Amino acid sequence: MGAASMIVLILAGLAFAGIAIMVSKILNKASTNPQKGEAYECGVPTQGKTWIQMNVGYYLYALLFLIFDVELVFLYPWAVAAKVTGWFAFIEIIIFFFILFLGFLYAHRKGALKWM
Amino acid sequence: MFSLSGITTALHDWLSGRFSEAWVMLIEMLLAGIAVISFFAILGLVLVLMERKVSAWMQIRLGPNRVGPKGMLQSFADTLKLLVKEGMTPNGADKLLFNMAPVMAMVIAMLLMAPIAFAKDFQLWDINIGVLYISAVSSLSVISILMAGWASNNKYSLLGAMRSGAQIVSYELSAGLAILTIVVLSGSLNMNDIVMAQENGWWIFKGHIPVIIAFVIFIIAVTAETNRAPFDLAEAESELTAGFHTEYSGMKFALFFLAEYVNVFIVCAIGATLFLGGWMPFHIGNWDGFNRVMDFIPSSIWFLGKTFLLIFLIMWFRWSFPRLRIDQLLNLEWKYLLPISMVNILLVAAIAILGWHF
Repeated sequence: MGAASMIVLILAGLAFAGIAIMVSKILNKASTNPQKGEAYECGVPTQGKTWIQMNVGYYLYALLFLIFDVELVFLYPWAVAAKVTGWFAFIEIIIFFFILFLGFLYAHRKGALKWM
Repeated sequence: MFSLSGITTALHDWLSGRFSEAWVMLIEMLLAGIAVISFFAILGLVLVLMERKVSAWMQIRLGPNRVGPKGMLQSFADTLKLLVKEGMTPNGADKLLFNMAPVMAMVIAMLLMAPIAFAKDFQLWDINIGVLYISAVSSLSVISILMAGWASNNKYSLLGAMRSGAQIVSYELSAGLAILTIVVLSGSLNMNDIVMAQENGWWIFKGHIPVIIAFVIFIIAVTAETNRAPFDLAEAESELTAGFHTEYSGMKFALFFLAEYVNVFIVCAIGATLFLGGWMPFHIGNWDGFNRVMDFIPSSIWFLGKTFLLIFLIMWFRWSFPRLRIDQLLNLEWKYLLPISMVNILLVAAIAILGWHF
């Protein structure tokens, strides 16, 4: 079908979700109650704010991910042409991996991979 | 002979004979939309039932057996129940993000359908960068989870979403590298070309040990990417009640649930396409007689059989391994899987350049 299928799929997803939510809105009977909107934290009233600062560990992993994800994108063109380009590109990729590995080693030494 | 592509071409010819070109296009788009939506709904119902039946079988009990013959209609009953439940938005939640998250999860799961070859010549979009498209779109699914977790104004949801974010982005790397091994071997990003490259044997048999390693890494990584046990930290029910969808109820919860199962199906379909030959029947080299016998089984049955085999494998994991802790999970990826898959792709590239694969 070509690129039009993307539009079809987006519309189909929206239609599916929209229809499902609409039908359930029509079918159910809502009743109001002040307790109903409380956050569910095992029946105990919520303490403090929810939108707080998170553990920095997650952020470090996200940063590391960025480095390696960009690397992965660079690998795609090589992977498609790996058979054609042969050993020359292969050795270049080894050098590329080595540089990345040094960065990885640095992150490891700095303790970025240790969970705090 | 019966085939799905025969039906679509017959339909296209029939429509072309009656309507002008623009109308044919419009009608086909409408039909494709309806087909995809019904496929989604059926897939959700089947996979939920399968999950429950498989887990029951693993634990030597019966599972759902009251609604319909052998409990076949159980998931219909569950859907009906979810349909009449009230969809609530908690106080203090970010209403826009909260309501958008399930819709977005759904749309992303839908979009992933486009380049998957369900049978011979039966594909929504024969895109030349199919594998890249899959990696790009599937990495969006983390956004819907983060949105849901952040918008819920619930500490469990936030924790679950953060864990899931770290987990999905980490495991994407080794999944991507495992996918790249097959791209190196087939020399194409097109799903159909990859399937055609396996005409004389599937990559898992042709590619020696490195491809088997890549397959194992791929299965582990996609299990983590779809938040399935033993990597279901995002919704670890014993610590976070339900993780990122704690506050969701009714149909919005059902949409998340459905999107999760469809994602499992899609990653298994990709695994089947890349490693197990997709719709390609089981062929051995140039044994023409044997290959011709195998060709009598329709390609869609091969594809669905392989995909459901992988789904069964992932369901099996759930009842075999205990849940990991978040630091163990990230260690597994960064200290073992990522270095192994990086060395592995070099091995595969060497094999491909030397021409050692069959």
